[in-house]
Amino acid sequence: MSEEIIKDVIVRENEDYIINMGPQHPSTHGVLRFEVCLKGETVKYLIPHIGYIHRGIEKMCEADTYQQIIHLTDRMDYLSAHINNEAVCMVVEEAMQVEVPERVKYIRTILDELNRLASHQLWWCAFGMDLGALTAFFYGLRDREHILDIFEESFGSRLLHSFNTPGGLMHDVHPNFQKRTKEFITYFRKKLPEYDQLLTGNIIFQERVKGVGYMSREKAIAYGVTGPSARGSNLACDIRKIAPYGAYDKVQFNEILMTEGDTFARYQVRMGEMWESMKIIEQLIDNIPEGDFTAKMKPIIKLPAGEYFKRVETARGELAVYVVSDGNKTPYRMKFRSPNFSNLFVMNELAAGGKIADLVAISGSLDLVIPDIDR
Amino acid sequence: MNSISKYFSDLFKGISSLWAGMRVTGKYFVSPGQIVTQQYPENRATLKMEPRFKGEIIMPHDENNQHACTGCGICEINCPNGSIEIITDRVPNADGKLERVIDKHIFHLSMCTFCGLCVKTCPSDALAFGQEFEHAVFDRHKLTKVLNQPGSSLKKEAKK
Ligand code: SF4
Ligand code: SF4
Repeated sequence: MSEEIIKDVIVRENEDYIINMGPQHPSTHGVLRFEVCLKGETVKYLIPHIGYIHRGIEKMCEADTYQQIIHLTDRMDYLSAHINNEAVCMVVEEAMQVEVPERVKYIRTILDELNRLASHQLWWCAFGMDLGALTAFFYGLRDREHILDIFEESFGSRLLHSFNTPGGLMHDVHPNFQKRTKEFITYFRKKLPEYDQLLTGNIIFQERVKGVGYMSREKAIAYGVTGPSARGSNLACDIRKIAPYGAYDKVQFNEILMTEGDTFARYQVRMGEMWESMKIIEQLIDNIPEGDFTAKMKPIIKLPAGEYFKRVETARGELAVYVVSDGNKTPYRMKFRSPNFSNLFVMNELAAGGKIADLVAISGSLDLVIPDIDR
Repeated sequence: MNSISKYFSDLFKGISSLWAGMRVTGKYFVSPGQIVTQQYPENRATLKMEPRFKGEIIMPHDENNQHACTGCGICEINCPNGSIEIITDRVPNADGKLERVIDKHIFHLSMCTFCGLCVKTCPSDALAFGQEFEHAVFDRHKLTKVLNQPGSSLKKEAKK
């Protein structure tokens, strides 16, 4: 079956008209280059070229202790920094058989969802801007600022927190945390409908995204697409539902699924997820149990020899961490399965046969973060 | 006939959708109280960072020019990217024994990723995060700082 779906060999011909989109194109949001072959205005094929921001994070991890690895994972998918941190922490905690306090689980889950909200807000602004709606950009950033202020108050940094540490949190959240988060949810419940008025219903926007970049469910599975991009093609793949971690088993929320599979469906999934994230936070924020903010950990963590695996749902899909340990204080091998890598390579299937003007809409709807692809 | 009515219904739908968006922006246009933009750098004097803000690594000194750093080097080991260099010295104490003291605590701001491990692991709480955030300089050598002030010494109570 997969042979029919994946056109894995792209034949370049001499008379092909090839233009490069990137590595400095504003709509790729990072250093990514698409080699686009055109026939008139129609895209014949598209090859993504990656590696411009490769830093060798997996290799660097082999020289770092488990506490030091945390700050590197921030720098993969920087918009889901907290969720990335949590993935590594959970691997270490599972390997050491440490039970983290309930308080930590609750706080981590709330921060995950705040992080997801901030990430989706930024995606919404950038998507609007890519399609020419500059107003959307300012409105999204305005609301994202409230989340970043909460982050800054609690952990001192806005984007790259490094707030998780194996066994718990670096320090406790700020006393104002609960109050400010609740204020934000009340505020954002009023503001989110504005997003729909500004962009979703806009006729120009709808004409540009509806029916563009169709991805079938089979293609999503074949390419390993995960996250909101796959859920737009009716593929239930939410790790929060499949294998709940943190406090996700204690909350009620819906997995947003759309059947259309086009750019607009992926857009609607993310808009729906913002409502769901707020629902999750509201269920948890009043019930944070008292207790320690970290479990007892030895200052030098040595994982028992063996292999460990854990996966989480970031704002873009499934992030899996695989650690091989030989019993030392640094991992023998560390492998990240990052969501954006798989999400990127379905681009050719979505864009081929379409117009070049739709390329920006398609890549925007996949919500790619390039440092996560290159690592 | 059908296509003409579709043309006009699309046209009116389009205009009404644009109008919905214009209403939102118009609402903010007539109520400037809701605008949240900050006038940086004009508001520098009133701009306060959160107390936990991770601006840079500092070593707090008290009024007698004394700090708490014993020169143990734990922060240097824990730093994931070599932003900290500890240079220690050996000086004789009151009993005539040689004792380790800090000579220079060098901090490379240009390499620091603000992970917070040095502040967290320092056994004598000698380090803290500063609030400074305007780090732009013309010469990157200025980003290498010596944290212990010249002539400073170890606090009495911090001694082992
Ligand atoms: S700052 Fe703290 S950890 Fe670093 S050398 Fe001084 S006492 Fe040791
Ligand atoms: S904050 Fe992290 S990177 Fe910066 S000096 Fe301290 S340990 Fe090193």
